[in-house]
Amino acid sequence: MKQMEMARLISARLAFALVSLLLISAVVFGVTALLPGDAAQELLGQAATPEAVKSLRASLGLDQPGWLRYLHWLGGLLSGDPGRSLANNVPVASLIGSRLPNSLLLAAVTAGVSVPIALTIGITAAMWRGSVYDRLVSLLTLSLVSVPEFLVATAAVLVFAVHLHWLSALSYVNTIDGIGQFLRVFAMPVLTLCCVIVAQMVRMTRAAVIDQLRAPYIEIAVLKGASAIRVVWSHALPNAIGPIANAVALSLSYLLGGVIIVETIFNYPGVAKLMIDGVAGRDMPVVQACAMMFCAGYLLLVLVADLLAIVSNPRLRHR
Amino acid sequence: MSDLLTSEPEAAPPSPAIRRAKRRLPLLGRVGAVIVAFWLLMAVFGQAVAPYEVGKVVDMDVFTPITAAFPLGTDYLGRDMLSRILVGTRYTVGVALLATLLASGGGLLLGTCAAVWGGWIDAVISRLLDTLVSIPSKMFALVIVAAFGSAVPVLVAMAAFIYLPGAYRIARVLAVDLNAMDFVLVARARGEKTRYIVREELLPNMTGPVLADFGLRFVFIVLLLSGLSFLGFGIQPPQADWGSLVRENIGGLPEGAPAVLMPALAIATLTIGVNLLIDNLGGLRRRTGRTE
Repeated sequence: MKQMEMARLISARLAFALVSLLLISAVVFGVTALLPGDAAQELLGQAATPEAVKSLRASLGLDQPGWLRYLHWLGGLLSGDPGRSLANNVPVASLIGSRLPNSLLLAAVTAGVSVPIALTIGITAAMWRGSVYDRLVSLLTLSLVSVPEFLVATAAVLVFAVHLHWLSALSYVNTIDGIGQFLRVFAMPVLTLCCVIVAQMVRMTRAAVIDQLRAPYIEIAVLKGASAIRVVWSHALPNAIGPIANAVALSLSYLLGGVIIVETIFNYPGVAKLMIDGVAGRDMPVVQACAMMFCAGYLLLVLVADLLAIVSNPRLRHR
Repeated sequence: MSDLLTSEPEAAPPSPAIRRAKRRLPLLGRVGAVIVAFWLLMAVFGQAVAPYEVGKVVDMDVFTPITAAFPLGTDYLGRDMLSRILVGTRYTVGVALLATLLASGGGLLLGTCAAVWGGWIDAVISRLLDTLVSIPSKMFALVIVAAFGSAVPVLVAMAAFIYLPGAYRIARVLAVDLNAMDFVLVARARGEKTRYIVREELLPNMTGPVLADFGLRFVFIVLLLSGLSFLGFGIQPPQADWGSLVRENIGGLPEGAPAVLMPALAIATLTIGVNLLIDNLGGLRRRTGRTE
């Protein structure tokens, strides 16, 4: 019975995520394709003859009504063909395909480094809450989440590349040979991203564990004489896993914002850099496809966070 | 002169309210308040107190380090960095403040309307704004800039639009809670009009959390807009906010020029200052309790 209900709850969340994604696609397409001027006119410039503009409009499908273009675009997106780049007529799918592994690798390395660090700091800060250590952590993480990513990045370059000469300021993935090279290329972007993500995750983890430590059963454990470490490890943590996992997934969604700045400043050939170049050149098919990919990734992480919260919390199942 | 000195103590007897606020505001909160007040003043008077004319090349050298003549060094063209940061305050603080006012004001208006009217109006507004929330803010900003360009009115409208749903959510929750309180029910039973209830009963009781949320939203908008400027999609030259200043001087990074770091630090002091102020306004938070 309970399993049934849980399955229903989960499928409801999945459906909600899909509907959101559909609405987002309408917003993205509406903003980029329907409202502003004429792409054909813009491509050909002021001197173009009306006939040339007209034929380009026809070949781009711009003479069709908006909703038809939207459905066409959506269909292409779903079948893995989001059109061709206006800048160099290369299929957007192959542009993204060549960049996506780089971005995913960056995200994976960042997550792999930041999650263990953040959990350790967050849990220990919650254990010794109110101590000097805890207050230091709180002040530091508050400062880190409230400064722009590019400050962290420039400060990192200044310290590690300019003053210490340990690392190079730019990263190019195609020049990796050997583990040493790998470390040198990834260190700066990963370090910058980690600072932002770790701060976020520490704050959320700390809050989740403290929330558990306030529960009555913890008071009982303390009263019966369990040591502080035992109280946290065997009593609080097993119950806090759900909220912590939720916090981790939510914090990872901050990667999507950070990666845009980091890929730009370090000249990293990922999807975010592709999108920035697309925006600069008003290359709408690229912008649309990248935006949809980022939104889908973001929704996926939020969905995972929600599902983890449902699965781990029996009370939520009965809502 | 001595007149002024002797009359000072009785000239400014702190009102009880201020004294209470002072006692309540911890040290870190006071630091935050001073920083915020400083940048607000600079947003208004920055141009007047800037030591050099803002667009003027005053040094033969570019990216000079900190000297007595140029306290924050010079930029990539040899312009005084301190002057450029002071004048840039107007754009960073001013534009963000305007956008925050629109976002929080709009959110407050829609939120109280949704709470007071309820029913399908509430459902429709909530659904629509929920969709907006599920687009990452930077992504949405980039899409808008790609479509509409980056004139200042576009930036203000875009930032306000992106952060309105969050303000709406807070305002709605607060208003829904209050709307079910006894004193509001009594006012309704007395036959008061909806407008009176909103103005006299709901809004005065929402000030604390709404103000704290206003501060947070301001920080988010400052970060978003300076991030955009850093990418080259924000305030356009010849105007420059702090994000653009970092961008245009990024060439000085290998030399460790202060021109790169200083504007970024200016943003950091502003956002950390606002955060410290909000975090330590304990009194405002406690009065209304936990609302989330």
